[in-house]
Amino acid sequence: MSTTTEPVGESTSTLPLDWTYAPAPEKADPNIRERYDLFIDGEFVPSIDRQYRKIISPSSETVVCEVAEAGVADIHRAVKAARRAYDKVWSKMPPRERGKYVFRIARLLQERAREMAVAESLTGGKPIRESRDTDIPLSVAHFFYYAGWADKLSYAFPGARARALGVCGQVIPWNFPLLMAAWKIAPALATGNTVVLKPAETTPVTALKLAEIIRDADLPPGVVNIVPGGRPTGQALVEHPDIDKVAFTGSTAVGKWIMKALAGTRKKYTLELGGKAANIIFEDAAIDQAVEGIINAIFFNQGHVCCAGSRLLVQEGIANVVIEKLKRRMDTLILGDPLDKNTDVGAINSKEQLDKINRYLHVGEEEGAEMWQPSCPVPEKGFWCRPTLFTNVSQSHRITQEEIFGPVLAIQTFRTAEEAIEKANNTPYGLSGGVWTDKGAKIFKVTRLMKAGVVWANTFNKFDPSSPFGGYKESGMGREGGWHGLMPYVELEAL
Amino acid sequence: MNERVPVLKTYKLFIGGEFPRSESGRSYVLKDARGRALANICQGSRKDFRNSVVAARGAQASWANRSGYNRGQILYRLAELVEGRRDQFVTELKQQGSSMAEARKEVNLTIDRLIYFAGWADKYQQLFSTVNPAASPHFVFSVPEPTGVVALIAPEERGLLALVSLLCPIILGGNTVVALASESRPLSAITFSEVLAAGDVPAGVVNILTGFRPELLEHMAGHMDVNAIVYAAGKSEERKLIQQQASLNVKRVIFPKIEAWTSESVESPYHIMDTQEVKTTWHPVGL
Amino acid sequence: MTPTLQQPYPNWYPSPPVDQVGVEERVARLNQRSIKKESKVAALKLALSMIDLTTLEGSDSPGKVQQLCYKAMHLHDALPGLPHVAAVCVYPALVRIARKELGRSGIKVASVATAFPSGQSPRETRMQEIRYAMQEGADEIDMVISRGSFLHGDFACVYDEIAEAKSICGTQAHLKVILETGELGTLDRIRHASDLALAAGGDFIKTSTGKVQPAATLPVTLVMLEAIRDYHQRTGQIRGMKPAGGIRNAKTAIQYLVLLNETLGRDWMTPDLFRIGASTLANDILMQLAKETTGVYQSLDYFSQA
Repeated sequence: MSTTTEPVGESTSTLPLDWTYAPAPEKADPNIRERYDLFIDGEFVPSIDRQYRKIISPSSETVVCEVAEAGVADIHRAVKAARRAYDKVWSKMPPRERGKYVFRIARLLQERAREMAVAESLTGGKPIRESRDTDIPLSVAHFFYYAGWADKLSYAFPGARARALGVCGQVIPWNFPLLMAAWKIAPALATGNTVVLKPAETTPVTALKLAEIIRDADLPPGVVNIVPGGRPTGQALVEHPDIDKVAFTGSTAVGKWIMKALAGTRKKYTLELGGKAANIIFEDAAIDQAVEGIINAIFFNQGHVCCAGSRLLVQEGIANVVIEKLKRRMDTLILGDPLDKNTDVGAINSKEQLDKINRYLHVGEEEGAEMWQPSCPVPEKGFWCRPTLFTNVSQSHRITQEEIFGPVLAIQTFRTAEEAIEKANNTPYGLSGGVWTDKGAKIFKVTRLMKAGVVWANTFNKFDPSSPFGGYKESGMGREGGWHGLMPYVELEAL
Repeated sequence: MNERVPVLKTYKLFIGGEFPRSESGRSYVLKDARGRALANICQGSRKDFRNSVVAARGAQASWANRSGYNRGQILYRLAELVEGRRDQFVTELKQQGSSMAEARKEVNLTIDRLIYFAGWADKYQQLFSTVNPAASPHFVFSVPEPTGVVALIAPEERGLLALVSLLCPIILGGNTVVALASESRPLSAITFSEVLAAGDVPAGVVNILTGFRPELLEHMAGHMDVNAIVYAAGKSEERKLIQQQASLNVKRVIFPKIEAWTSESVESPYHIMDTQEVKTTWHPVGL
Repeated sequence: MTPTLQQPYPNWYPSPPVDQVGVEERVARLNQRSIKKESKVAALKLALSMIDLTTLEGSDSPGKVQQLCYKAMHLHDALPGLPHVAAVCVYPALVRIARKELGRSGIKVASVATAFPSGQSPRETRMQEIRYAMQEGADEIDMVISRGSFLHGDFACVYDEIAEAKSICGTQAHLKVILETGELGTLDRIRHASDLALAAGGDFIKTSTGKVQPAATLPVTLVMLEAIRDYHQRTGQIRGMKPAGGIRNAKTAIQYLVLLNETLGRDWMTPDLFRIGASTLANDILMQLAKETTGVYQSLDYFSQA
């Protein structure tokens, strides 16, 4: 064996590698039509007054397609179709067969998962990684979970018989367009109701693609109707005399309007409204995982989450360490094209929402809070907000009290557990909360005392179709998901 | 011959475990079927309601903290006390227009209903809690929790039975209550307050007002520190007002569906869930 | 007699608890990074330059080591512009051969020592082995901690051994401290052992001997990188990390680099501070590089085994 003493190859410089990731665009075709009509009575039909709304991609501000705008007369058509379908077909169908239709929807959605994910990111702004790995799989799972309940309701309510309510009017928001549609439609169908659903005005595309799937699943016409439109459309649906129930997810302000609009009627309603969740970190937390949890809590989906952990309550002894770690972690967040697989923070859904967030950033600074943002580059076109944190913040700052619905975290310190819990509960909201500590008894104590419908301990923003979700106080009433999610869609009669 | 002058009872409000008169100093005259004056009934004001809510809110956390077993025992004791005062309650109901048979039936049912609901106090949680099979390494469970302070409006009829039937599922679930008694049949409600005071019910857990619904309704339904309102008086325009006012703080609005207060369908654990929230808690499962 | 302050109360943080599910979720998220095109080629080359080409068998002989060293210096002559591996890692008895073969190639000689892999020998013997390896020409010493002492709760003993080993190495050799994470059980313990080894002066903390399953894993590596980050934050000192064993293909290697990049950042993206202990990894990386250049998938037939 020859030996050699000369250097081989180029000697590697030991200068560190400045490694930036090359673009990694998701290439699957979202199969978005140029134009979508309303889905009523099993068919796509134009609106009666032939109105269309342009849908733009919030990351590029380009037009993606146009979508029919349902007017009051279209709402009438849709409710009529839903009523007829309920009376003549759906209520007469054996529950097992109803369940099989819902299973079909779940499977078809699974098969078209990738194109749905791309469509969701393109029209909504959220990173493809989130729509691909969270939104779409959870939507599929939601249909699958509720399909199985359809013929088992006699086991669900001891001592009572569950009857469907009839026609449900459902209005959903723009932050999880397909997932919210699944959360509304699946339990309604499984319990024997029919549906008229209005997706949000900026994000109707995935709901309409779902309509295509529903049509392909051969669901009897009229059982599900999808009627996109703006506020007047939603209003018309809520106020329609022939619906039996309203299900709404959106802002607390609109929730209150709905309660007033439904006063004096017989309509049942459930509301899933805003939140201002407190995320509490104790000194004995698994710190690095807690930091990751905070990041996930407020920057997942650009903070457009009703249950976002938008207030951080950190025990004073570790505050500096935690804030330092947060900043370093925020420095590694990649903001950019939602369709790039490496993007962590996508586009804000609309100009309107971006303006609202920016107003709050301004408010925060005026109130004397200290703002910090990483210096990641921001694309020229599109609606973007850098992940932001505010320190020097107290309970009485507006940015601590009001829901911003953006990637903005307000940070306060606390000294004792009692103080943290008091601050956490000191809000008209009560949707969610987070607790980070390694001590078991403390986990149980604090989660018990937090007045919120969903409490995450040593984790955050976890969802599952089997697990009920909903708020206390002004965050709404009623639960979605799990066994508890059946209750809002049935009338219980004594056996 | 001198006939003994009977001592007439003063019917006061029941707030914070005590029996104050209305802070407004007003009262109304309750008359029997023949138009004769039966008693002076306090005309509760919105300030009385406000004070009651303060008492109810103050008592709520520790009431909710008691075990279901404890709350059940308390309800059972109330049954014992009503049983002991059975004649008094029967007499009062007759004064307010019931026949002897009806009065007896109503008191019997009231006692039995207290016992029925006492039995649920430490069981409904098992019925309505779930461990959720999330598809991730987390332990996820959902439990009912009391919503907080509940305003209760009793119907006109069945002044004793209806009030107690409505109260039981609310308080056994850990809520505290401010109730407005029947306007036309308020006596039993105040006598029942005496049972509450004598029983082990902590002060402030149940507060009972008498007065006029039209005057008080708006304030009850609009109070920002009331979490839910249960209304059983059956007037549609009042229902509408309640729903409108409730929107101010997203109050939970419950119109219990009761065909008849004597029917067994009133005895249902689902009435407990009307004033419960559901909390879902997540925790990772790992080393 | 008035009591005097013996030692100032140490103002250091005890090792934090570590949540396993949280770590796994973070790793899963980092694994979703899509590394393509030029960033992939850069990563592959960097990974190559970070490899400690390893042979640690009872059957190692001079001939075996000579062949390994040749491979280290001629990874794949058909592909120009390749970096060389960082080091060759062998048992102390074979250090002299390796040193001779590698000459002035720039590739370091790393030697295991301290009764690798079990560490179950008298302390004196273990320290003597370090001196021997250094005399034979080792640039780097990979020591094993005494897991028995650690699990027994005798942390001071573990600390002392590392400190003594480092004092023997001095500035002449860098010291890697193998924690043998597969034997420690939980991530909490791994974090504790990492903090301890860093405090005792180890230049690198290393996951495994490769003789025990599981060897290196991404969650374990993440925890150790976080320990290094916190140590740097508190003291300003810069230490390195080496996952060893179980990293068999380029895709996995890139995942480790993503972890490194997003936990410690740019300054650590160099073989001076990050090494990968592997034997078959090199060829898989070479095949990936060849594919990037030629556009077609490769076969092992075209790449020399050591």
